Amino acid sequence: MDLTTFLIQCLNSVQYGLLLFLVASGLTLIFGIMGVINLAHGSFYMIGAYMAFALSSLVGNFALALLLGIVLAVVLGYLLEWCFFSFLYEREHLSQVLMTYGLILVFEELRSILVGDDVHGVAVPAWLDGSIAIGNGMAYPVYRLFMSGVCLAVAAGMYAVIRHTRLGMVVRAGSTNREMVQSLGIDIALLYRVVFAVGMALAVLAGMIAAPVASVYPGMGGSVLIVCFVVVVIGGIGSVKGALVAALLIGFVDTFGKVLWQQAAGVLVYVLMAAILLWKPQGLFRQGT
Amino acid sequence: MRSHSIPLRSIALACTAAAALFTASAQAQAPAASSAPVKVGLMLPYTGTFAALGVAIENGFKLYVDENGGKLAGRSVEYFKVDDESDPAKAPENANKLVKRDQVDVLVGTVHSGVAMGMAKVAKDNKTLLIVPNAGADAVTGPLCAPNIFRSSFSNWQPAYAMGLVAAEQFKHKTAVTLSWKYAAGDESVKGFKEGFEAKGGKVVKELNLPFPNVEFQALLTEIAALKPDAVYVFFAGGGAVKFVKDYAAAGLKEKIPLYGAGFLTDGTLEAQGDAANGLLTTLHYADELKVPKDQSFRTAYAKAYKLQPDVYAVQGYDAAQLLAAGIKAAGGDLSQRDAVVKGMEQAKIDSPRGPFTMSKAHNPVQDIYLRKVVGKTNQLVSVAAKGLADPARGCRM
Repeated sequence: MDLTTFLIQCLNSVQYGLLLFLVASGLTLIFGIMGVINLAHGSFYMIGAYMAFALSSLVGNFALALLLGIVLAVVLGYLLEWCFFSFLYEREHLSQVLMTYGLILVFEELRSILVGDDVHGVAVPAWLDGSIAIGNGMAYPVYRLFMSGVCLAVAAGMYAVIRHTRLGMVVRAGSTNREMVQSLGIDIALLYRVVFAVGMALAVLAGMIAAPVASVYPGMGGSVLIVCFVVVVIGGIGSVKGALVAALLIGFVDTFGKVLWQQAAGVLVYVLMAAILLWKPQGLFRQGT
Repeated sequence: MRSHSIPLRSIALACTAAAALFTASAQAQAPAASSAPVKVGLMLPYTGTFAALGVAIENGFKLYVDENGGKLAGRSVEYFKVDDESDPAKAPENANKLVKRDQVDVLVGTVHSGVAMGMAKVAKDNKTLLIVPNAGADAVTGPLCAPNIFRSSFSNWQPAYAMGLVAAEQFKHKTAVTLSWKYAAGDESVKGFKEGFEAKGGKVVKELNLPFPNVEFQALLTEIAALKPDAVYVFFAGGGAVKFVKDYAAAGLKEKIPLYGAGFLTDGTLEAQGDAANGLLTTLHYADELKVPKDQSFRTAYAKAYKLQPDVYAVQGYDAAQLLAAGIKAAGGDLSQRDAVVKGMEQAKIDSPRGPFTMSKAHNPVQDIYLRKVVGKTNQLVSVAAKGLADPARGCRM
């Protein structure tokens, strides 16, 4: 592998890792702060992709579709939490797994009824539809750089909110001691509802941003869900910083694994997870860091 | 065919009533058998990545039955459906549901090669008639072949081998890189291409693959750019095919290194691929605008019945029904005469929308493979890449 190829592969790794982070960050928030295992998280990603498809053909403008989608996702997340998830906090993990798995089936079926089972493409918006030559006869699509930019912006925004705002402080406190926060007169139910809506919006945003390059097809949430859980477990449950580091790690392992060690490419990510858990059973970063 | 006299017919009715009360017995007399419906077990993907393909196959199958007054060779049809979820692990259980619980006369399925292999094993063990309307796994009409197993579609080897011939002979490419998912269909397709390509003096310099159904192609595209081959051959279908074609174009490789593939790369996916697919050359046993009279009537009828355009999967479903009808007809409507049914299917000359085809010794279509070019939203016929191509059926002993 010459230097140019190596550098391009590094770019590929970072780009894939950042997208993974965007999907997984919502999962780690919901998982870490409310203690709910949400298997339907992959479905949120799928819903995002289909939203991008439906909305961009409806309003004809990708940026506007993104905004609309996020608003819709927040509303939907708020309602979902209120109808389903708010009953899960006191339950054991098994009930959570059962219910969120049920939601996967419901969402898949709804998708099938509403949009059908065909594969769809979403056009890259014209202002991002170029590519930059990067040597070796390769061009790098501008849109992929835009994706990475959005992911970085979200990461920075989340960091700022969690570390440096009152809301972030309450969220962190609520995740460690629910009763204490309540006794301070903070409406924890509302707080959870907001956090869940944000978590869902993050997954939907990831799905919408990925739609133009990933295409939109049935069952697309499943594979994303699995790798997201790997990210959350490696990074440490509830840690946004951990999710970012873990996602980038997976990006590198997956990308270089495919090139250097084809036969094992499918399992390398899981080997990485096992190795890290042997070394740090809690994941790289504990909750709240 | 026997003519029914009136007393016989009333006996037949009585028999049918009895058969309805008890579970169907294979011992029913011929006239009774021919008035009971043929039980067709459709085991197809109705959810997941291949859901649209499953629906197209079912539509095609039912179109032929409906064109013949809801009958197959004069026998009415009863359908039993199972969603195979494209999950090979569930294949034996699902196939057994149809065979043992529903007692179907014939299994029709499926899309995913891994699931089809599971079905073939169940069909072999239970001696159930099986028609595979898509899955191209070479093994189905290779090591797993059996008198009761037929295929109305293709073997993975067929379009791939033809593409290899064309890439080396017609386009004079010397080196190629292949890329596919690491599963039966991908491996076989790549092998077929390599055989055709290297037989005509080309050389496959690297075989890249990634786990099914992973669609993160970026790393491998970078690898292809670094290898700089004369041509790239890929095997992908469905959502993966859409993403690959888009990524290939976005990486700026489309203008530099010609991309070839088995036809599934651009079948049923063109709408989603948009301009990225324009001009791509693929090989398959079907194409748009074939100028086959049967094709024109089929397409009109399909569009009228289902309000959408048929694709290669619909054709394969339609031909599965035609093949079955030929077998039932040869046995005079009596499916219990298995040898006669099989013989009828083996000797059938199917008037397919893809052009007429016959069955090879191993029960796979002997058919023309077309070279097609993507123009707008269609796969236009360019030329015949291989005439009357028969799968080598390696490992088949009947």
